[in-house]
Amino acid sequence: MSGPLDLSLTEAVGATKSGGISTSELVRAYLARIARWNDTYHVFLDVLEESATRRARELEQLSAEEREALPLYGAPIAIKDNLVLDRGSTTAGSRILEGYHAPYAATVVERLERAGAVVLGKANLDEFAMGSSTEHSAYGPTLNPWDPARVPGGSSGGSAAAVAARLGLAALGSDTGGSIRQPAAYCGVVGLLPTYGRVSRYGLIAFASSLDQVGPITRTVDDAAALLAVIAGFDPRDQTSLHEPPPAVFPEASVKGLRLGVLSSYPDGMDPVVRAALEQTMRALQDAGAHLVPVELPEPTRALAAYYVIAPAEASSNLSRYDGVRYGLRKDAEGLYALYDETRAAGFGTEVKNRVMLGTFALSAGYYDAYYGRAMAVRKTIAEGYDRIFGQVDALLCPTTPDLPFRLGERLADPWRMYLSDLYTVSFNLAGLPALSVPTGLHSGLPTAVQVAGPRLSETLLFRIGRAIESVAPPMPAPDLKEGGAA
Amino acid sequence: MTLDNGAEVIIGFEVHLELNTATKLFCPCATAFGAAPNTSVCPVCLGHPGVLPALNQEAVALAVRAAVALGCRINLVSRFDRKNYFYADLPKGYQISQFDRPLAESGSVALLGTDRKVRIRRIHMEEEAGKLNHEGESLWTADSSLVDFNRAGIPLIEIVSEPDMRSPEDGRLYLHSLIRTLSYLDVSDLRMEEGSLRCDANISLKPAGYEGDLEDLPRVELKNVNSIRNVVRGLEYEIARQAALLDVGGTVARETRGFDDASGTTLSQRSKEAANDYRYFPEPDLLPLRLEAAWVDEVRQALPMLPEAWAAKMMGYGVRGQDAEVLVSDPGLVRFAEATHAAGAPFPDVVSWILGDVARLQNAHHLPYGEGPLCAERLARLMALIGDGTLSGRMAKEVLEAIYDDDEDPDAIVAARGLRQVSDIDALTIIVGTVIDANGKVAEDFRAGKDKALAFLVGQVMKATRGQAEPAVVNRLLRERLLGGNPL
Ligand SMILES: [Zn+2]
Repeated sequence: MSGPLDLSLTEAVGATKSGGISTSELVRAYLARIARWNDTYHVFLDVLEESATRRARELEQLSAEEREALPLYGAPIAIKDNLVLDRGSTTAGSRILEGYHAPYAATVVERLERAGAVVLGKANLDEFAMGSSTEHSAYGPTLNPWDPARVPGGSSGGSAAAVAARLGLAALGSDTGGSIRQPAAYCGVVGLLPTYGRVSRYGLIAFASSLDQVGPITRTVDDAAALLAVIAGFDPRDQTSLHEPPPAVFPEASVKGLRLGVLSSYPDGMDPVVRAALEQTMRALQDAGAHLVPVELPEPTRALAAYYVIAPAEASSNLSRYDGVRYGLRKDAEGLYALYDETRAAGFGTEVKNRVMLGTFALSAGYYDAYYGRAMAVRKTIAEGYDRIFGQVDALLCPTTPDLPFRLGERLADPWRMYLSDLYTVSFNLAGLPALSVPTGLHSGLPTAVQVAGPRLSETLLFRIGRAIESVAPPMPAPDLKEGGAA
Repeated sequence: MTLDNGAEVIIGFEVHLELNTATKLFCPCATAFGAAPNTSVCPVCLGHPGVLPALNQEAVALAVRAAVALGCRINLVSRFDRKNYFYADLPKGYQISQFDRPLAESGSVALLGTDRKVRIRRIHMEEEAGKLNHEGESLWTADSSLVDFNRAGIPLIEIVSEPDMRSPEDGRLYLHSLIRTLSYLDVSDLRMEEGSLRCDANISLKPAGYEGDLEDLPRVELKNVNSIRNVVRGLEYEIARQAALLDVGGTVARETRGFDDASGTTLSQRSKEAANDYRYFPEPDLLPLRLEAAWVDEVRQALPMLPEAWAAKMMGYGVRGQDAEVLVSDPGLVRFAEATHAAGAPFPDVVSWILGDVARLQNAHHLPYGEGPLCAERLARLMALIGDGTLSGRMAKEVLEAIYDDDEDPDAIVAARGLRQVSDIDALTIIVGTVIDANGKVAEDFRAGKDKALAFLVGQVMKATRGQAEPAVVNRLLRERLLGGNPL
């Protein structure tokens, strides 16, 4: 396969602007491939065929000058279905929002469209972004484009699979504890968790507000930089967003002279393939002039524990609004509290219920200090730990996940093992730091990846290291989609 | 107030105040009262998925203004928290409030007419909930309920007093004193009947000899009280109810009770809400609220003159203490008196005009003082026209009425109606002579000692001058002419 679908974002925008391909042709090519494969891989919950086609046609009417001003001119992009859009449906992967039509659009989506992007559809996810496999989507799992018997990761599994499978040129995901980086790693694409506050959360359906960030999922590091440049920046509707200009679009690629922190030890149970891929990348970067400095991550298992208190606590509050009164699912019942009980019992899946109960408990009178209070203290310790590390090194190199994409169904009965795949991702959310997952090649047909993390607002540096990793890794081919799987 | 059984009454208040900002606390929706249901709403105040709060700085400014006027210490860093509970009028399933780091602490309110103060424990900001209209008696028995979210998200401050009041009368004085101070600040409409001001009273009885913490006494929270009078009624009922319970060896349950206007009693509100654990935690969608000390000072400097200072100023003008209290009971009233004085009218005459005919006419026209046709300048000019003898008191009243009807300056009305008091002695003397000649019998009666006869003659002179003569002058001229005196 070779054609418009194999162009990267930067290449495709170049081609649409120069007239090498029309925006309609490009969008049509993606819609055709979605029509061919979406039923099999279940990447999109809602395909916006009509509005995408219309938008592509409108974009063609623009003058050359107007096109030049649009950094994403004609780029067909997938949006995770926890980002609201004023057309089509928005479900967050939950029955409780079945048939919900949002009355407004998320800031990031507005910014994408203002930059000339075309929204293809709403990508599948674990319900309310709670999960690491998309198996917790109320509408069924997405399959991994590299092996349909395996999960694409999660919660932004639909977004990552779309980009890998050429069902979208790029995508937006959200990352609360690894939800962009882990599926990016499992699907062999690039995923960025931006610095907390770099990107507006207005219109992102909240899971855990102090951890959630929207970020790009793309085929190349340059594409991630191009997308971030469009979506980043202060938004008066999100008062936690930062007054920071977006980072540079085209970073340099050299790592010469950089001090890169690497892990001085690895946990038990780490997949040797993951470790080998990481060490190979380390050597290649060293050869390219980087200095490797062994460091100790600040308490990864305590980070995981703190994360699984803070995130459910905030979620328990954020999900209170789904009560059947104003929108979404409503189960008629005798009396107000019965209405709540029955609506929420029918509307939420098991994983969401688990976390809401866990979070409610952690915030309860008499338990607050022991759980939420203590988790917040651990969070502070972790942030301080990273401050110290980034006093010694410019950036950190570590696995994105300790494992390779697992099989569908394999971990559903074992939530703790599911949670363990977040081991290397959650601590950067807790500390509010940026982290980038970059593919490093294929092993037995499955993608491997490494993660680069840095101090606050160091995205440009991460892109620079990411480009260097791309340049030493074998080029990623497109996956060979096939019928079947274990859906 | 000590009861027969030696118990002491302990009362504290939580007063909720809607701030009169143009827009809601966290979204750009208008706060107008009385709009059609669910027309002043947006995704934010309806709690749609994905929305975030954006703090209204005007609300912060008004809250700080109220807090400094009540003598509070402003916390330069305060924090918003989520108060979690489910209710049909609460769109997000939590209310954004302030829990352990409120905006302001440690203020006080001087109790009117006493030398005592009630301490303010804290003032915090929070958002208003929507409004439920039950089709039936209550939410629990209604066939259905309708929710109006126009009110959801309107900014509130909650003013929490210390339990410093010892009788329902103290409670009444506290609320009057608090509301009087707040009324000078233009921070709220302060309408209890419309719900823009709500008072929840906490009441407990401290048995004789009790040495423990007042906070540990079984406390009843009295809610749903829509007037100060009903607060007093509710408190009186509660004191009697709790005392009767204690007298028979019973215990008072710590609970929320609603006041029932019709029966004058309080009823336990055993809703599930009352048993809630609110699971407060810091609101992650808002940064801590940081204020500059210099800005707080500016707000303090910009405070208007408060009622105590106004009363002192009025008494400095020679206004009686009682009148001064009446004037300062309404900031519009005292400011109007001051403006009229500034426009040249003397005290204390200003006071008798303003508390008399002006008050009557402003009320009749439903106008706040200083608004409508009667501005301070017109009133001062009207009073000047009396002072220089142009108008009699009776004429001045006619002109005052005409100002409301015609919306004209007093001079224009005087000219248009030919209302000029005749005080030209020569002209009047001739008229007096004519009247005496025409009423010889009456004149004789007066000379014979019938004083009442003079009134008839004065009336005749007034009639001849179409009311424009100055009665005192007419009186003097008649006496002189009839009883001798200066020959003319
Ligand atoms: Zn609103």
